[in-house]
Amino acid sequence: MMMQSKASRILPHIWLWLAIIILLFPIYMVFAASSHTNAEIQSAPMPLNIGPYLGINYHRALAEGARNLGASAWVMIRNSFIMAMGIAVGKIIVSLLAAYAIVFFKFPGRSFCFWAIIITLMLPVEVRIMPTYKVVSDLGMLNSYAGLILPMIVSATAVFLFRQFFLSIPKEIAEASQIDGASPMAFFTQILVPMTRTPIASMFVIQFIYGWNQYLWPLLITTKEQYYTLLIGINKMLTGADVLIEWQIVMATVMLAMIPPVFVVLVMQKQFIAGMTDTEK
Amino acid sequence: MAAKQYEFRKSGVLPYLLVLPQMVIVCIFFFWPAAQAVWQSFFLQDPFGGTMIFVGFENYSALFKDPVYWQSFVTSCVYAVLVTVCAMGIALFLAVQANKKIRFASFYKTMLIWPYAVATMVSGVLWLFMFNPNVGVIAYFLKHSFGIDWNYLLNSGQAFFLITVAATWKQVAYNFVFYLAGLQSVPTALIEAAAIDGASPIKRFWRVVYPLLSPTTFYLLTMNLVYGFFETFPIVHQVTQGGPGQATSILVYKVWKDGVLNLDLGSSSAQSVVLMVLVILLTVFQFRYGEKSVTY
Repeated sequence: MMMQSKASRILPHIWLWLAIIILLFPIYMVFAASSHTNAEIQSAPMPLNIGPYLGINYHRALAEGARNLGASAWVMIRNSFIMAMGIAVGKIIVSLLAAYAIVFFKFPGRSFCFWAIIITLMLPVEVRIMPTYKVVSDLGMLNSYAGLILPMIVSATAVFLFRQFFLSIPKEIAEASQIDGASPMAFFTQILVPMTRTPIASMFVIQFIYGWNQYLWPLLITTKEQYYTLLIGINKMLTGADVLIEWQIVMATVMLAMIPPVFVVLVMQKQFIAGMTDTEK
Repeated sequence: MAAKQYEFRKSGVLPYLLVLPQMVIVCIFFFWPAAQAVWQSFFLQDPFGGTMIFVGFENYSALFKDPVYWQSFVTSCVYAVLVTVCAMGIALFLAVQANKKIRFASFYKTMLIWPYAVATMVSGVLWLFMFNPNVGVIAYFLKHSFGIDWNYLLNSGQAFFLITVAATWKQVAYNFVFYLAGLQSVPTALIEAAAIDGASPIKRFWRVVYPLLSPTTFYLLTMNLVYGFFETFPIVHQVTQGGPGQATSILVYKVWKDGVLNLDLGSSSAQSVVLMVLVILLTVFQFRYGEKSVTY
C-alpha cells in the first residue's frame, strides 16, 4: 500500500470489473430476451443483441400479461406497489410510536413490551407460515391487501433502529420542550419526528425493497389473479412446460419487477447504507 | 435499560396507546401463530380441518426417524454454509479491492451494491433462464462448446450448483456493504504501523485488519446463515422445486411442501418448531459469543 507496482495498481480494477460484469450479465440476458420474440428465445441460443420487439413485448406484458397467467403486469405492479408502500409506511409509523413510548416514557409493562417486540427479530416468517396463514384466513384477510401487509410489519428492525436513534438524542431537547409547556405528542410530532428524518429514510428504503420483493407470503395467501404481485405472476408464468412459456413476456415482467427497487437503492444509496450498518448492532 | 433519555412522567394512558398498534400486530401475527405452530406439532390433523388427535411427540419422533428429513437437514446445512462462505469470502475480497485508494471507488461501490435490490426469487429466475436446458444461453454453450451434458432437472449436483450460484450472486452485495463499512473504519495508522514494522500486505491484512473486522464477520455469519437456511426458499421453489428427487429440498422448502402441498400439518408444524429452535440458537449464539470473540 506504500509503494505500488503498476500491476498492483491495475489489479483491483480488474477484479472489480470482473465482479461488475458477473453481476450485470444476467440482467443483460433478461433485457435482451425481453426484446426478442418467443420463437427466437426458444431456438437456443438466443441472439445476444437487442432486438426490435422491446415496445411490443412491454406493451403486451403491461396490458395483457402472458396468455397462461390472467393478470397484466400493470395490475401486478399496482399490487406490488401497494404492498411495498403499505409495509414501509405502516412499519415506520407503528415503530415510531412504539419506540417513542419505550424510550420516552416510564410505565409498568415497558420492559415486557420491549422484549416482546425484540423477540420478533428471532423468528423469520418462514418458520411460522402455516399458523400465520390460518390466522390471516380466520380473519378473512386472504386475498386482501391487509393480509399481504400486516403480517409483514411484525419484525422489530425499525423499532430497534428508532430506539437507538432516540437514545442518542440529547436529553436537553425533550427537557426544553417540557419547559416550554409542550405536550408529549406535540414534542413527538413537531420536534422528534422531523429530527428522525434520516433513520426514517433509511428504514423506508430497506422496508420498501423488503416489501416489494416478498415472495413466500404472497404465494401462500393470494389465489385470485387480481391480487397477484409481480413476483407471484412471474412464478405462475414459469410453471408448466418450457414450450408453453412466453419467455419474452416473462422477461419483460422480470425487468419491471427489478426496476423500482433498484431505482430506490440507487437514488437513496446513502440512506440505505446508513440504515443497514446502523442496525448491525 | 437505564434512563439514558428524558422520560415523561404521569402521562396516564398515552404510552399504552402509543405502543398498542405494534403490540397488537405482534400478538396477532407473531406470538399467536408461533404458539399455534408449537401446539399443532403435537397433533395429527385431518387435512380438511376435521378431527385433531393428540399424539404427543410422535410427529417429532417420526421426523427424526425419517431419512428424508435427515437428508433435508444435511442438504440445508451444506447449502447454508456453502452460500455463507462463498458470499462472505467474495464480498470481503471485493470490499478490500474497493477500499484501496483507487479512482472510481464510489462508482465501483454503487455498481456492487445495487444487486441487494434484486429479489431472491428474481435471482433464481435469472440463473434459471441462463441455465435452462432448452433455452438457456449458458446451458447451450456448456452442451455444445464443452460437451457437458447439462440438465439440472435430472442431475442433483448441477441443481445444487445452480441454487448455490443464484443465492450467492444476490447475497454478495449485502455482505459487501458491511465489509466496506467495516474496512473504512479501520484506522490507517494501525496498518501503516504494521507496514513500518515490515509486515507484508498479506500479513498486514490477516494480522491487523481482519481481526478488527471480527464484529462485522460475526454479524454477517449469523445473517448469512439465516439467509441460507430461510430466505432462499424462493430460489428452491422457483428453480428446482426441491428436486431432482430430494436433492435440493432444504428444510424450509420441506416445511412448505409438507404443509401446503401434502397437507400434513402436524409434521409441518413439528418441522417449523425445529427450525424455530435452530434460529433461536443461532441468534443467542450471536448475541452471547459475538461480543466475546471480538478482538479490539
